[in-house]
Amino acid sequence: MAAMFFVVTMVMYFAATVSFLAYLLWPSEALSKISPSMTAIGFASHTVALVARMIGTTDVSPPGFHEALSFFSWMLILVFLAVEIRHRLHVLGSFIVPLALVSLVSAAALPETAPTLTPMFRTLWLHVTLSMLGTVGFAIAFVAGVMYLIQDGLLKSKRFNVLYSKLPALDFLDHLNQQSIVTGFPLLTLGIITGALSAEFSRGSYLNWNPEQTWALVTWVFYFAVLMGRLTVGWRAKRAAYLTIIGFAGVILTLIGVVLKSHGPVS
Amino acid sequence: MHIVVVGLSHKTAPVEIREKLAIPESRMGEALTRLCSYQGVREGILLSTCNRVEVYAVVDEIESGYGRIQEFMADAHLSLSSEQLTPHLYWHQGDRAIGHLFRVAASLDSMIVGESQILGQIKEAFEVALTHKATGIILNKVVKKAISVAKRVRTETKIAEMAVSVSYAAVELAKKIFSDLSEKTVLLVGAGEMAKLAARHFIANGVRHVRVTTRSPQHALELANRFGGTAVAFEQFREDMASADIVLVSTGAAHYLVSEDDVQRSVKQRMNRPMFLIDISVPRNIDPAVRHVDNAFLFDIDDLKARVEQNRGGRLQEAEKAEQMVVDEVGIVRQWLQSLEVTPTIVALRTRVDDIKRAELDKTLGRLANLSVPERELVEAMASSIVNKLIHNTMVTLKAEVNSSEGAAFVEAARRFFSLGDPAVSNVNGNASSVSDTCHSSQEGIRDVEEVTQRTGSKMPDH
Repeated sequence: MAAMFFVVTMVMYFAATVSFLAYLLWPSEALSKISPSMTAIGFASHTVALVARMIGTTDVSPPGFHEALSFFSWMLILVFLAVEIRHRLHVLGSFIVPLALVSLVSAAALPETAPTLTPMFRTLWLHVTLSMLGTVGFAIAFVAGVMYLIQDGLLKSKRFNVLYSKLPALDFLDHLNQQSIVTGFPLLTLGIITGALSAEFSRGSYLNWNPEQTWALVTWVFYFAVLMGRLTVGWRAKRAAYLTIIGFAGVILTLIGVVLKSHGPVS
Repeated sequence: MHIVVVGLSHKTAPVEIREKLAIPESRMGEALTRLCSYQGVREGILLSTCNRVEVYAVVDEIESGYGRIQEFMADAHLSLSSEQLTPHLYWHQGDRAIGHLFRVAASLDSMIVGESQILGQIKEAFEVALTHKATGIILNKVVKKAISVAKRVRTETKIAEMAVSVSYAAVELAKKIFSDLSEKTVLLVGAGEMAKLAARHFIANGVRHVRVTTRSPQHALELANRFGGTAVAFEQFREDMASADIVLVSTGAAHYLVSEDDVQRSVKQRMNRPMFLIDISVPRNIDPAVRHVDNAFLFDIDDLKARVEQNRGGRLQEAEKAEQMVVDEVGIVRQWLQSLEVTPTIVALRTRVDDIKRAELDKTLGRLANLSVPERELVEAMASSIVNKLIHNTMVTLKAEVNSSEGAAFVEAARRFFSLGDPAVSNVNGNASSVSDTCHSSQEGIRDVEEVTQRTGSKMPDH
């Protein structure tokens, strides 16, 4: 059953992505209602799939990348729908839904039960969940950054096209960027701490400087600097947008690295 | 007599030339006196704004009139020769000159179509011309008409919305930078009409903090009171700029008041919070290089206009409606101008008195039924004689004054004394040509009238 809902979810997210991209480029507002609706249906189906899978698995097998990415995608959509309901910011969907779709497709490309990295404990669930929630924050910050740079570029070059009219105000995007990092950063911090704890349990050391741990720490330091820079020396607006885009690229690279390491190159 | 206009505007001349030719208010009187001292220039009015310098005049002859006015304009600035000026000038005469003035007054020729400032400037120019007795009956009437046409255009079309839409565009752009305007601060630099309009628009859209600076502290204080804001010393506004999210600049300065460094410094002080700068001044007051400053968004009047153009559509029709009004009103003025010509006036006067004579004769002769034919002729001759003697001096004066500077005034007076009413004189009315064309034929026309009067005169029994 979970598999069926998973497919339905993917189809709905795909349809929503197409619809949202069309919304972004067409002057008409006609797609502003149907696109979020499709996303919401996909989200409901996704939720059922996730719950069904949780009930379906009797063993306490640790979450693999499939689960992690699927959960990441679910969280992204959850955040989008929350913002959509509150701010009616349809255009955010044009950026988040494609990202969620990519994440879900990546999940589908990976085997459902990932081979275990090392013997796992229950803390790993917490570690993965927290890290993924932190990553969702950075993903939203990334989307806000991309939207910021587009809007900034349009305003600077005075191209008042459809995109310009649909993108929100610069300071809103900057605020969204800030809030996402302010929320994501503590979650990532907790994620890293629980990760270190589980590593201590499984391997006997908190930190053994393997690539993913190293990258995770680099990411943490980077976002810490971004946050501090904003609060102290005014790394906001355009600079913040650039930094969060670079930061998220780092996160993605970490993920790809970890996935490749545990599965070998995806053929 | 011909109405002509020689001038240049933002459409034909760069600001460097316009600046040189602009006549400062203090020297307006002297300039008007000089203009009227040229031979063949009967009436004149000078319109000098930052967007245009125009000379409207009533001249004896079109070609020489054009030449004199061009000379006059070149004389205003020693570094410019008459030849250098030529490529930037336009010359109109007759209907086209009147139409041009109407279009200018109605703000159809403005840089920002529909702005109201130009009407005030025309009124001022007219006041100055009146004070210096530079205008006469023709320009007085035409300029007054231009003012009323402008008012009609403003009330009967939505053309004024165009100017409003420029400040609306500024607010709309601001909303793409700041999601909530209520916490933002607007700094108004200078007191240009458009900037004030834009400031009002920002306030209407929730802006609560307004700071005002102008060269005159008194003026800044007045404006600040009007907008419920605070005044800032003009010398300090660059240092103060960091406290403003939106900077509206519109001064008469001919150079840049705000440099790239000023903005760079402000953005830094603001810890990279975005700044929105609007330059409504012509010539520009903010260095265009400010565009390169990150997190500063500079828009000048052309950018705002481009934004308005995009939203247009329906407004174009409003401009067309206004143009049609101008055409109609020019037609009315043309009729009036034609009435000022001597020939039709003499013909009308003759017709008028003949009608009165005929009517009175019919009435009297009806009662004296038993008069003999010679007696009747005698009564008729007496009536003709009285009438002719009464209008004789008027006729002679009109003909004598036809080429004097007060000719038009005499004609106007004669029309009023004899209540000759509207100039819908059939023989001229059919001729749709401009004033200048009829001016030429009027000379011949006078000869015709002379023949007519002589013929009627010869019939008069000489007592």
